Amino acid sequence: MRTLEQTTKEVLELASRHFNVQPGSLTPEDDFFKKLGIDSLQALELLTRLENHFGIELPDYEMQGVSDFRTLADRIQTRL
Amino acid sequence: MKAFTGAMLRWEWRDRVLELTLDHEPANEIGLAALGELEKFITALDALSPDTSACIFASAQRRGFSAGADLRELYRLAAVMPEKEFHTGAREFLERMHRVMNAIDAAPVVTIAAVHGVCFGGGFELALACDIIVADKMARFAFPELRLGLIPGWGGIPRLKRDLGNAFIRDLLLTGRSVSAARAHAVGLVAQLAAEGESLRVARATAEQIRKFDPGARAAAKKFVKPIPCEELRREIEIFCELLRQPAVMAGLKKFVESTDAMPYLP
Repeated sequence: MRTLEQTTKEVLELASRHFNVQPGSLTPEDDFFKKLGIDSLQALELLTRLENHFGIELPDYEMQGVSDFRTLADRIQTRL
Repeated sequence: MKAFTGAMLRWEWRDRVLELTLDHEPANEIGLAALGELEKFITALDALSPDTSACIFASAQRRGFSAGADLRELYRLAAVMPEKEFHTGAREFLERMHRVMNAIDAAPVVTIAAVHGVCFGGGFELALACDIIVADKMARFAFPELRLGLIPGWGGIPRLKRDLGNAFIRDLLLTGRSVSAARAHAVGLVAQLAAEGESLRVARATAEQIRKFDPGARAAAKKFVKPIPCEELRREIEIFCELLRQPAVMAGLKKFVESTDAMPYLP
């Protein structure tokens, strides 16, 4: 079972890879909409990547209101 | 017409395979112009059917297959048209769209949707009218209509009911959530999973296989396994038109169109 820290780390790595940003430039507290400059459809792409990576389903309504990586990782953690 | 290029889509016939490509920014939203071109397409499909084995539906837009109905156009029309005229127009639009979807559904050729990215609402309904859905691993499917106070109006529920178990349909419809291609494949909605960016190539390989079969046997098999749910489709139009009259719909459309929410597509 992953810890929240491990999940957060993997979320950050995955987001850096998907959106082509320097590894290590994202932090758990970052607002991913602002930091990555993404829109709703790109957020769905990230969601799909996360679901495929963690082998889970994360209903997108659970992402409503979530904008930082740590909270996102916490939501994922409830589905692992 | 073996080839056509319009403002919303294009098609090309080659070696017994017809390929329709949706290509309109940002995500192939379907409104009046797209409907007009789809009507042209079904006329061509009918004429080309005797010499065609398979027909592929794909998208050239990076964001996906289609985000569904053009809600901005719908809202604009509702704002400028007298109420009675708007509702008459909406029903006519639905009737025309149902004719297009039914023609695709019942076409004597094998229809294949090659899906990537978003496949929402009306886009999902177009894919559902096809015989085989090939989806890449980044595709997502959703019926977000309930957030607007509506139900899918282009045949979505009757076609889903034809193909899938009701528990999954209720989850999809009543939560409005989107599901990944992997989940859609697991429940039997997606027939074949493709690697990222490879759905069209897989669809073409599938069309190539279909070319080998006798046209008569192929058409008979399709007719036998894929009856058109006519009665439910008619009922859907009535429910949709009834719901469209509710104030919640215009409020929902207004909220969507004017949204500054980072995630307006999410229910």
